[in-house]
Amino acid sequence: MRIIHRDKEWELEGRMTVRQAIEKVGLIPETVLAVRDGKLLTEDTVLEPDDEVKLISVVSGG
Amino acid sequence: MRHHKLALCEDHYLEWFVAQTERTIRKYRMFRRDDRVLVAVSGGKDSLSLWDVLLRLGYQADGLYINLGIDGGFGYSRLSLEKIEAFLADRPEAKLHVVDVPTLYGETIPQVARRKLRGRGKPCSVCGLIKRHEMNRIAWEHGYNVLATGHNLDDEVAVLLSNVLHWQVGYLARQAPVLEEREGLARKVKPFCRFYEREVAAYALLRGIDYIYEECPYAEGSTTIFYKDLLSRLEAQSPGSKLQFYLSFLRARKDGLFKEQAEQVELHPCPVCSQPTSVPGPCAFCRLWNHQPATSNR
Repeated sequence: MRIIHRDKEWELEGRMTVRQAIEKVGLIPETVLAVRDGKLLTEDTVLEPDDEVKLISVVSGG
Repeated sequence: MRHHKLALCEDHYLEWFVAQTERTIRKYRMFRRDDRVLVAVSGGKDSLSLWDVLLRLGYQADGLYINLGIDGGFGYSRLSLEKIEAFLADRPEAKLHVVDVPTLYGETIPQVARRKLRGRGKPCSVCGLIKRHEMNRIAWEHGYNVLATGHNLDDEVAVLLSNVLHWQVGYLARQAPVLEEREGLARKVKPFCRFYEREVAAYALLRGIDYIYEECPYAEGSTTIFYKDLLSRLEAQSPGSKLQFYLSFLRARKDGLFKEQAEQVELHPCPVCSQPTSVPGPCAFCRLWNHQPATSNR
């Protein structure tokens, strides 16, 4: 599956949950939301090998 | 939502979010239906979601956008206003006030920060000062008695951590969901103070609110974002930590932990702009622009 966050992309193999995928690419699950085909995913959603998931950062503030 | 041990479908999440906001407004006695609320909007997820929810709940909520003149290579301020205008296109009943800082005062925020020592290369301090002044000015000039901001739980706990690390007891005494109205100062409220930042972003996405994803170019590497990162690591290991940290603080504060520091400083009207200031003479905002009482046209 392909995971996209800002200008970075990762290819992950196998099936795993959204939370596991976020942790696998080194991000903190509490700081992003996962979107597939324009739909928001819960962190227990199981991702398939051909999925493309976009991670949206939720952290703002200066 | 691991911290609430709650899982909701899209429709029920949107309902829950709106109902929770109403509960927070009532719990902290923020405002009522007959109050006039001015919502500070930046084009980001928090402020646009707040405005959306207040309108849905039937409050008299108008918006205020302050153009800071920040470009950052991608027209940050321009893009922010475009998002707000798109939001308004779907809500013809909503009214927006726009304050254009470069037009009104002759300089953008980065320009004035470079000119003043207060900026020290980062305009955030100057930016905060100008926004606070202008929000209060518009509230008073247009008869709004309540000023609402989209600060969320992550914003609040990041500030709380900073204040605790430095034992800024004066700031701790004043950190609250509601800052009551004082002479010349509108009441300030934070109806999203109990929502995680992620919950607000989820609301904006599910509601179809098109907000500015890009961060203010000057926020990169900020202490606030560093503290938010630390607290999110804690939250990942121990769900509910942020909410517990904040609510425990509010209880301690209510029980009088910072009572001595809560003694209010005496305020005087600024001789130039008439807004309250804690020191005699022109306020920090008027000093920023070198406004003098004799040359004042306000």
